[in-house]
Amino acid sequence: MRRFTELCRRLDATTRTNEKVAAVRHYFSEAPAEDAAVALALLSGDRQRRLVTTTELREWAAEAAGIPPWLLEECYATVGDLAETLALVLPDPAAEEDSDGPPAATAGEDGLASIVRDTLHAMKGLDAAERKRIVVETWRKLGREERFLWHKMLTGGFRMGVARTLVARALSELAGVDPATMAHRLMGLSSPSAEDFTSLMAAEGAATDRLRPYPFFLASPVEGGPESLGDVGEWQAEWKWDGMRAQLIAREASVAVWTRGEELATDAFPEIVEAAAALRERIGIDCALDGELLVVGERGLLDFQALSKRIGRKRLTKKLLADLPVVFVAYDILELGGEDLRRLPLSERRRRLEEIVPERFDPRRRAAADGRLFLSPVVDAASWEQLAAVRAESRSRGVEGLMLKRRQSHYGFGRTRGDWWKWKVEPLEIDAVLLYAQAGHGRRATLHTDYTLGVWSDGRLVPVAKAYSGLSDAELVEVDRIIRRTTLEKHGPVRVVEPTLVFEIAFEAVARSTRHKAGLAVRFPRIKRWRRDKLPADAGSLADLAGLLRRPDDTAAVCSMVHQRAQT
Amino acid sequence: MHDLLTVSDSGLYCPAGDFHIDPWRPVPRAVITHAHSDHARSGCGRYLCWTTGKLVLRERIGNRPIDVLRRGESVSMNGVKVSMAPAGHILGSAQVRLEHGGITWVVTGDYKLQADPTCEPFEPLRCDVLVTESTFGLPIYRWGDPAAVAESINEWWRENRDQGRTSVLFAYSLGKAQRLASVLDPAIGPIYAHGAVMRLVKAYRDSGIRLPSIDQCTRETRKAGDGRAMVIAPPSAAGGRWLRTFGDARAAMASGWMAIRGVRRRRGFDRGFVLSDHADFPGLLTAIQASGARRVLVTHGSAAALARLLCERGLEASVLQTRFTGETVEAETSEDVEAETSDEERGEESGGDPGDAAGDAEPVEVA
Ligand SMILES: [Zn+2]
Repeated sequence: MRRFTELCRRLDATTRTNEKVAAVRHYFSEAPAEDAAVALALLSGDRQRRLVTTTELREWAAEAAGIPPWLLEECYATVGDLAETLALVLPDPAAEEDSDGPPAATAGEDGLASIVRDTLHAMKGLDAAERKRIVVETWRKLGREERFLWHKMLTGGFRMGVARTLVARALSELAGVDPATMAHRLMGLSSPSAEDFTSLMAAEGAATDRLRPYPFFLASPVEGGPESLGDVGEWQAEWKWDGMRAQLIAREASVAVWTRGEELATDAFPEIVEAAAALRERIGIDCALDGELLVVGERGLLDFQALSKRIGRKRLTKKLLADLPVVFVAYDILELGGEDLRRLPLSERRRRLEEIVPERFDPRRRAAADGRLFLSPVVDAASWEQLAAVRAESRSRGVEGLMLKRRQSHYGFGRTRGDWWKWKVEPLEIDAVLLYAQAGHGRRATLHTDYTLGVWSDGRLVPVAKAYSGLSDAELVEVDRIIRRTTLEKHGPVRVVEPTLVFEIAFEAVARSTRHKAGLAVRFPRIKRWRRDKLPADAGSLADLAGLLRRPDDTAAVCSMVHQRAQT
Repeated sequence: MHDLLTVSDSGLYCPAGDFHIDPWRPVPRAVITHAHSDHARSGCGRYLCWTTGKLVLRERIGNRPIDVLRRGESVSMNGVKVSMAPAGHILGSAQVRLEHGGITWVVTGDYKLQADPTCEPFEPLRCDVLVTESTFGLPIYRWGDPAAVAESINEWWRENRDQGRTSVLFAYSLGKAQRLASVLDPAIGPIYAHGAVMRLVKAYRDSGIRLPSIDQCTRETRKAGDGRAMVIAPPSAAGGRWLRTFGDARAAMASGWMAIRGVRRRRGFDRGFVLSDHADFPGLLTAIQASGARRVLVTHGSAAALARLLCERGLEASVLQTRFTGETVEAETSEDVEAETSDEERGEESGGDPGDAAGDAEPVEVA
């Protein structure tokens, strides 16, 4: 555990990519395969099971630290992270320890894999008393920093903030293979074993699961206008769909649907699997397509919310399949007949894609009647001005804007700037007043950064949006001071403030909501800027917001403040 | 019977003795626990402080009469007996003991129980009523051995030097900077300090504190020490152009707030060393118990939580409302609270209150 703790400390201590890569490389060059496999799963952010409830942990920790539960909660509100709070309040195993220095000499002799096996896996199926015994015993064995990491694993919240591309880079350097190859080997690899790790590090083509997805190539937002991108003729424009990015891998034996979060979503989309199998049969060779999953209802495209209903269900009913029919709209092809096409220019990939998926997607058509697999149409334009005019129709078409892809570009991996851009429509905006503030988490635990904002309705301010602050660090500190000074009431970590601060918030859409007091909810709200020049009386009203409803008559499409997205 | 101390518009006030302790506005008579600028304001008529703190206070308040108390001495102010004892916070920091009508009050000011080579150790005083600080009054704050922290700072410096990088260590210009300087290993490389730190280094030396050789950081010394030096600077210098002139440098901060990962990360320093001049949570409880006080008034930081805990443990405890929230994490880590923030706030305050500004038109101290 000590070696892994040291790795996390080094990752935590630097913001420099090169140093992070060096730390990861160093770890994997030394760790036994058994530990390395566990570390890889942790660094990759594999979803872990929560083994004890946080309520139990809090209770046991308060008892072990000899403090009342309310004081532990007070600490948690200050620290903003439960795993860290517990690590800080628990009595030290060794008398002296520098929380920032190397781990204490007595702690964590056991390897990472054995700790995971003996303290985490061992906990499954045990009752509370036995789990408590293991937790308390492990506390005695571990130092402060190790406890922090262990708590993260225990509560299923281990996140080290290391980009996957960074891990891929470090491992590719160690194994002596191309970073793209390593990234592909890592895709969809969950809970790797020691053997998996060993074959991962093999110099050339050890048998990797052929149903694994390719690393997704991600787009960056266009800053300013697209004119800086040069000649419009060098670019291919497509609609930016409001769905879920996915890869469809069709092989002779089976089909897989992977979402961008590297979740295997095959079971959630039986109709797509069926259509892909039919495609495979028709063309007679394997293929891997990159595209978007979309729900097409009676009256056209439904938004992302509808799609998450399909993903969220454990069991798909006939009714759900009928109510929320899904299509796959392909925009790229990564592999065909066993050939990796990613190094071909987009124009060439597009030609091959059009050959096997010729039918262009038209959202006004009904999905089930007309098929499941479509081609994402190219939006033609002779100039940037023309393209801008088309983009202006985005909202009414139910899309988020345009994608701009360089016709000569390879299919890269990760967010490499330059070749793929997303040119979203300008967000909607309104001025809103700060009503409640809550301290942030992690890096911003001591500042109030989560704001609930309201607009006017009949002379009163009603909350309409909860937004994480997009302010600069300096502004955050300043706003935090004002929040503290104007606090009217405190409810745990939440402060009710005197309405004095006005912020301009941006959001993607407004929809009716029965779950919100205001009857409206805004989608993806974020704070654009602090309007120091405005008084609360100058803020917008509920009527202003209602005027921005995407489909004023469509009360069924309930949008809410969903933060998780699938599309780039 | 009335309390011996109350809170007036100008700060902690003793009505019977007609004097203030650490006033935040100019008053005729001020008893000062220590020279940090949120405790020692300029412009008062007369100051009283602990003997070893006189030169440091002078550096802060300029040319005003300062009386001192030594061990075993006391002074009577309108019949209130005032004496002092070291608080271990910074050089010359002291607790103030007031005795009147058979009741004893002690105001701790800022204090710590840890060893510090640059100031006298904290001495517990018995009293009936204790006014204690609680900047770090939550059980998440538990300091490690300062010698071990010093060792990891030196180790960090050595590592940086071996890679040809300058080390920049941010710390309060008064107290923390000198404490750090005293534990640095001069064999590793040259030590430089920001001008704000240098002025106080001189005051420390003049008060008889031994510090290693430190030079003011100038363009020339910067060149000479490039890639090897340790530079001590106030947090207000972080992020500015000043830091960028060091080329390949690594920056760290030494502060109690560094105990929290979120704070370390948000500030974006390469390292955070947990070293504080305030008592940690166990330290506060130890000091409160040692005072034998039945009644405890808590101020700064986590005052409400600490007061509640003390009540649950059978003491009569409450929060003493003061104007300054004390050394908050933001103040300490993003600006030099000692040198700037408080003065800025004070400037605002007197600007908004013409009566006060006219009363004693002392220029605002510019650090
Ligand atoms: Zn102080």
